[in-house]
Amino acid sequence: MYTASDLRKGLKIQIDREPYVVTDFQFVKPGKGQALYRCKLKNMITGVIIDPTYRSGDTFEPADLSERRMQYLYNQDNEYCFMDVENYEQSILSKEQVGDAKNYLTDNLEVDILFFGERPIGITLPNFVDLMVTRADPWAKGDSVAGDTKPVTLETGYVLRVPPFVEEGGKITVDTRTGEYVTRVKQ
Amino acid sequence: MSPGSSSDSFRGEWTRQTSKEQNLRLRAQMVSSIRDFFADQHYLEVETPHLIPAPAPEMHIEAIPAAGRYLHTSPELCMKRLLAAGFSKIFQITHCFRRGERGGLHLPEFTLLEWYRTGIDYQGLMAECEVLFRYVAQRLGRGGIILYKGREIDLGGPWDRLTVEQAFHRYTSLPLDRALEEQYFDQVLVEEIEPHLGNKRPTFLYDYPATLAALAKLKP
Repeated sequence: MYTASDLRKGLKIQIDREPYVVTDFQFVKPGKGQALYRCKLKNMITGVIIDPTYRSGDTFEPADLSERRMQYLYNQDNEYCFMDVENYEQSILSKEQVGDAKNYLTDNLEVDILFFGERPIGITLPNFVDLMVTRADPWAKGDSVAGDTKPVTLETGYVLRVPPFVEEGGKITVDTRTGEYVTRVKQ
Repeated sequence: MSPGSSSDSFRGEWTRQTSKEQNLRLRAQMVSSIRDFFADQHYLEVETPHLIPAPAPEMHIEAIPAAGRYLHTSPELCMKRLLAAGFSKIFQITHCFRRGERGGLHLPEFTLLEWYRTGIDYQGLMAECEVLFRYVAQRLGRGGIILYKGREIDLGGPWDRLTVEQAFHRYTSLPLDRALEEQYFDQVLVEEIEPHLGNKRPTFLYDYPATLAALAKLKP
C-alpha cells in the first residue's frame, strides 16, 4: 500500500482495477493546511490521462505488474500471439497494444510482455533485432554521394533507409528504440 | 580559486556556485534591510532553539525528529514564550524544517521571517507588513513594482484585503461551511481561490474559520 507521500513520477498505482503511471506530480501546501498532491496519471492500458488531486492520508494499491519472457508465435486478424518460454502458456496482444513493435516481430523472437494481473498489456523489445531485407533496389553507380541512403523493405514489411551497400536477401541489425539501421549482419 | 586543471564535475560545481553570485548578493541585501527595518521600529532580534522537546500541535505539519528532540517547524512556540514573558516587539530570521514538504513551492528546509508585537491586532500587523515590503523593495532599488514569475506586482498602493468568507463567495461554487464540513477547505483554497489572488498586487486573505485557528485568540 502506498500513501500520498509516496507519490512521485513513474510510480505505478491501481485505481478502479486499472493500472496508472504517475507522469507528473506537484506538491502544494497552503500554509498550515493539508498537503495536496496534484497528479497527472496515465492509464497504462488505454493511454487516457487523468489529473486527480490527492490529499495526505489518501492511500493507493500498487499496480500488480509483472514481466514475462515470451516468444512471438504469429499474428492473425490483428491479434498477436506470444508463448511463455517457461510454462508454454499463450497470450494475445491487440494490434494497438503491439503498436510499432510489429515492425520488429519475427517468428520466435523473445520479448518481455508486461502483465497487469493476468492481463497482458504491453511489450518490451530487445534493443537490437536482426531482420532480413526482402526488397532493395540496386544502387545506381555514379549517383553515390557520401552519406546517401536508400529505402529497403524488411521481412516484417517495415521500410527504412539504409546505406547503398545493403542488398536484397541480406540481414541487417535495427535499433528498435529509434527504428534506425545499425549495421549489416555477417552471414 | 580558479577551475584551472580541475575535473569536469568540479568545473560544473564551480560554475553552479559562481552563477549564484547575483542572487546571493541580493539575498544578503534583502536580509540586512529586513534587519534594519525592524531595528528602526525598535524590535528586538532574537534567536530561539532549533531543537525543541515537542513539535507544535499542528495537524498538517510534521516535525523531523533529531537527537531525541524535534527540529522546529517554526519559531512560534519559543517566541510566544518570550512574548508571554514581556518582550513586546521581537523578530527572528531562522531556518525551519518540515518533513516531506518538497515541491515547486516548498522545501523541507527553508528560511522564515517571524515577528510579533503586542498591543496591535492583525489589521495593524497587515499594515506593518505592507510597510516592510515597500521598505525592502525600495532599499533594493526596485521601486514599487517587482517582477514575479513574469508578472508585475505593485507593492506601492494599498494591498487587496479579502476575508476567507468573501473569497469563497466570490470564486467558488461551494459554500465555506460545506467545504469545511466535507474537508475540502484546503483543496478549494488552492485550486479555485489562490489562482485569483495576488496577480496585480499582494492580497491579504484573513478571518480564517475559527476551527482552523491554532495558538491564536479568536476574533471577539
